[in-house]
Amino acid sequence: MNAARPYLAAFSSRFLLMLQYRAAAVAGFATQCWWGAIKVMIYAAFFAATPTAAAASPMTLPQVITYTWLAQALLALTPWSADPEVALSVRTGSVAYDRLRPVDTYSLWYVRGAAWMASRALPRAALMLLGAGLILPLIGLSDWAWRPPPTLAAAAAFAVSLPLALALSAAFLMIVNIIVAATLTDRGVNVLFNSLIIVFSGNLLPLALYPDWARTALLVQPFAGMMDIPLRLYVGQLSGTGALAGLGLQAFWTVALILLGRWAMDRVMRRLEVQGG
Amino acid sequence: MNSAALLLRYFSASLRSQLQYPGSAIMLGIGAFLTTIIDMLAAWALFDRFGQVQGWSLGHIAVFYGVVSTSFALTDFFTRGFDVFGNEFVKTGAFDRVLLRPRSPALQLIGYEFRLSRFGRLAQALLVLFVGAAVVGVDWSPDKVLLLAWTITGGVALFTGLLVLQASFAFWTTESLEVFNVLTYGGIQAAQFPLSLYAAWFRNFLIFVVPLGCVAYYPVLAILDQPDPLGAPAWWLPTAPAMGFVFLSLSFLAWRAGISRYTSTGS
Repeated sequence: MNAARPYLAAFSSRFLLMLQYRAAAVAGFATQCWWGAIKVMIYAAFFAATPTAAAASPMTLPQVITYTWLAQALLALTPWSADPEVALSVRTGSVAYDRLRPVDTYSLWYVRGAAWMASRALPRAALMLLGAGLILPLIGLSDWAWRPPPTLAAAAAFAVSLPLALALSAAFLMIVNIIVAATLTDRGVNVLFNSLIIVFSGNLLPLALYPDWARTALLVQPFAGMMDIPLRLYVGQLSGTGALAGLGLQAFWTVALILLGRWAMDRVMRRLEVQGG
Repeated sequence: MNSAALLLRYFSASLRSQLQYPGSAIMLGIGAFLTTIIDMLAAWALFDRFGQVQGWSLGHIAVFYGVVSTSFALTDFFTRGFDVFGNEFVKTGAFDRVLLRPRSPALQLIGYEFRLSRFGRLAQALLVLFVGAAVVGVDWSPDKVLLLAWTITGGVALFTGLLVLQASFAFWTTESLEVFNVLTYGGIQAAQFPLSLYAAWFRNFLIFVVPLGCVAYYPVLAILDQPDPLGAPAWWLPTAPAMGFVFLSLSFLAWRAGISRYTSTGS
């Protein structure tokens, strides 16, 4: 337990600090409501346009709508950009302090990054649940609402999958951080990974709605575990052995990315030049 | 020196400074080209699965998207100063210096930066526009080319108006309000689909509050030779882009009101 203490402290201090940015959370929520509403209306129009294709679709319209609100609510849980604290410490040279601390730098950055994402996602998700899950049905728009999971099994699978998604996202965030440490700037890498994440995490469009020939490839790539797999489990689109496979994929990619990150970090830290003075 | 010459001087200075880093400029341009490609990806996948929506095909969507995205790309070249106005001018007090110079603040802000990297977005938007038009068989007669140019001009006016309005709000909030990105980037997303897909309240918002529909949906219907499925009269379709200029004028009223109550943050 003693070995874990500094990391727990780092997690909770970052988590509580980031929770203070309430205006940012409200602004983010407003943005996500707008995007969510546009998407929901467009999906509804497509499903209504071609009933045969809608019937053959791997996801029903209510599933897609719930998926869309959840994806907007959990947006901050995907590693959109390098941890700004790490980017800043690399630029100013304070990365040297992190190297001097008697803790493992990889683990320290990892828990800090996980806390950063979790604390940004939590208030936004709560507001979205209130707006899309409670207020929409109350004003008579229950067709457009965020619905509860269909079965207890789906809820349980989601409850297991969501922390795995955070673990996987944090592992990927570390790879981005390490690239920033090696190249000293977060500008290029953020632009590059943003597009990858928006497409392959299912944020742009639920991965199941892409053409059927791409289905397997889209499911086994690492970004699916950051958002698409937990959301599919929630709406019940993945169940039974499919659900177990989804959780397995998440765990596999988390371990693989952590191993890759640790290896890369060793190499980068060995030849790290500290900036500033 | 007259305003146009001064603006040219500003732009050439900005271009020269960006070309000091040619690699960065080229990569940002290519990056912008690639990241905007994904704007069309979701539409492509949906049409692949559902075939059509209310009689519209992917080609139609490409024309709607291309027109509105071209307008935004052109606007983005010269409105950087308004975009960063809150954080870099009001908050820092740098706007005091702008006010001291014997030229209009708006002109100086337009001259703040000419963003070379936006060529990537412009190239992508024009490519999508003309490929889409070819697929649905638009016959580019001179009056249609003229209508396209008028539509894009109206779109540039509307997006410029949005950015001026965003900057005006900074007089009250001191910070740049990133919520406005919802109306610019989110507006492109919304305007790439025909208004008839949306619920009435959202449609009315896009016609009467932020008239994105007037600089994309209506005139593009005229370019595509389609009547409005919602029943707008035929004369309105090519007239609608004028609303972009109405919006721009109202934004400048807000801008004037903001300047007249500006108090420096000091320092």
